[in-house]
Amino acid sequence: MMLLLAPLLIPLVTALLTAVLPAHPRLRRGLSLAGVLLLLGAALALLVAVGPAGRLSVALGDWPLPFAIQFVADGLSAALVLVAALLGLTVLLYQFATEPANREAPGLQPLVQGLLAAVVAVFLAADLFNLYVWFELLLMATLGLLLLGGRPWQAEAALKYFALSMLGTLLMLAAVGLIYGASGQLNLGALAVVSQAPGVAPGLTLFAVMLLLAVLLKAGAFPLFAWLPASYHTLSPPLLALVGGLLTKVAIYVVLRLTGQVFSATPAFLYEALGWLAMLTLVTGVLGAAYHWDLRRILAFHIVSQIGYLLLGIALATPAGAAGTAFFLIHNILVKANLFLLAGLIWLSAGHPDLRRIGGLYLARPWLALLFLLNAFSLVGVPPSSGFWGKFLLVQEAFAQQRFLWGGLALGVGLLTLYSMSKIWLEGFWKPHPDPTRLAGSQPQGDGGPRLAYAAVTFSTLLVLALGLYPQPLIDWLQQATAGYWAGFGPA
Amino acid sequence: MTLILMITISLTVSAGVLLLLSRDLFRTLVGLAVLGSAVNLTVFLAGRPGSLTPPLIPPGLDRLAAGAADPLPQALVLTAIVIGFALLCFALVLGAWISQRAGHTEVDRLRLSEPPAKDPLKPTILKE
Repeated sequence: MMLLLAPLLIPLVTALLTAVLPAHPRLRRGLSLAGVLLLLGAALALLVAVGPAGRLSVALGDWPLPFAIQFVADGLSAALVLVAALLGLTVLLYQFATEPANREAPGLQPLVQGLLAAVVAVFLAADLFNLYVWFELLLMATLGLLLLGGRPWQAEAALKYFALSMLGTLLMLAAVGLIYGASGQLNLGALAVVSQAPGVAPGLTLFAVMLLLAVLLKAGAFPLFAWLPASYHTLSPPLLALVGGLLTKVAIYVVLRLTGQVFSATPAFLYEALGWLAMLTLVTGVLGAAYHWDLRRILAFHIVSQIGYLLLGIALATPAGAAGTAFFLIHNILVKANLFLLAGLIWLSAGHPDLRRIGGLYLARPWLALLFLLNAFSLVGVPPSSGFWGKFLLVQEAFAQQRFLWGGLALGVGLLTLYSMSKIWLEGFWKPHPDPTRLAGSQPQGDGGPRLAYAAVTFSTLLVLALGLYPQPLIDWLQQATAGYWAGFGPA
Repeated sequence: MTLILMITISLTVSAGVLLLLSRDLFRTLVGLAVLGSAVNLTVFLAGRPGSLTPPLIPPGLDRLAAGAADPLPQALVLTAIVIGFALLCFALVLGAWISQRAGHTEVDRLRLSEPPAKDPLKPTILKE
């Protein structure tokens, strides 16, 4: 029981401790780091205990099952908890290295830990209302992180983020209530039984779609993704990596589980609609990225575009599609966060996040250039990078289902991603810096110095490289974990 | 009971959407709050209200009397009210801060986080 609850309780307790102890900033950082290391250990223990095809379940308070609050870990959620913990570690080290401890807002560490707790909880929660509450915690933690800097543009970003996310939250709550009204269940396992029984109440499908729409809004899918590029870029680079790496992906995980395991008997035309939604998300996201010159905004739009790939695997509605989405999810969390962290280092080294005002980094920071190139290749999907295997799994399944247009579009968007990445490369690294005096002086001002920041990103890049060069163990793991998705249901 | 609640919900949703479509900052926020109340009522209605039998197991029996009220939607609504109230307070303070700083409450003119493009080669998405 503790094995399953520990990854959830550790960040929650750490958040409380870092919030209430009127601590010295360095002590707060130490606590936070200890919390993330413990979380990493707990996530590893959970992963080993669950195994690829296994399942661990805890029903709180000793109530019988559809009534108890239940937490479940399977191969996929255990793997994602581990990825979240790894990302938390990277981000914290980078944050220590680039931001001085004595100028850190007292709320930062508790909010980071709260965000991690909510993310882990969404991965493990097994009832609808619990999911809703953890999504609220995610929303609150992100709002707090957005407002930490206290700048006017951050406040406006937080407002825009709040307005649309709140709409999604309200839709989600209404859907949860209506689903309870139609089926009498909130527990996901019990709902799966009810929704797959013959003669499903037609209302239940409608309410399930409403719930999915709410989660899709939180995932940043077309057309309701406007909150994402409006707000993300105002975060500081490490927080941007944490939020941009995890938030939308958590929502995608929920879509995958809701469609694949719970409401898998959804009519085929809804999957068709989801597929076209995925295509629109892919294309609009990448076109938005092509428009911008600010590094952070380019990468924020690429989040939207990548959500399209993730949704494509879900729309295909087979175990193979689910495995593709799961692999892409893990790859994308790591690569996206790396790119945001590297964008922060580019900003620090060259003095500005706008590509038109920087340059010359290839000569001045060769290691940074190498790290960027590796991660950019992985985002584009150049073989043999992790992005290549993710896209390969998805496009292969799309072609296997005769979805040539979907697969073709997914490949074409890869080219446009390459355009964005080469824009960053040419402008930021290749062309001479317009004002070379700004190139030399600036270095990270934090405690560990630039070495720690580089070490953190290098560590995370090595993970991405390992995924690319040796993907089969993870693919096997995820294929076993998602083997039961759409078992006997969904479009053929 | 159901009919009254249904009419109330539809009126509240309409009011909330009308306020949300406004371009005034505070109308938008209040619109979200009104919509939140409508959603709370929906959850409440989904739990089939109307029963006056309390959800308590009578002494000597091991299950509820037939037609007892369902306590779960009320627990859900309570939780949602608390969360919604906290978020509304937060949003109102945020809105007050923003409007004080900006000197107006027009949402369209709040463009600090997304400044319009000044690049002559590119189309501006929104006019200033």
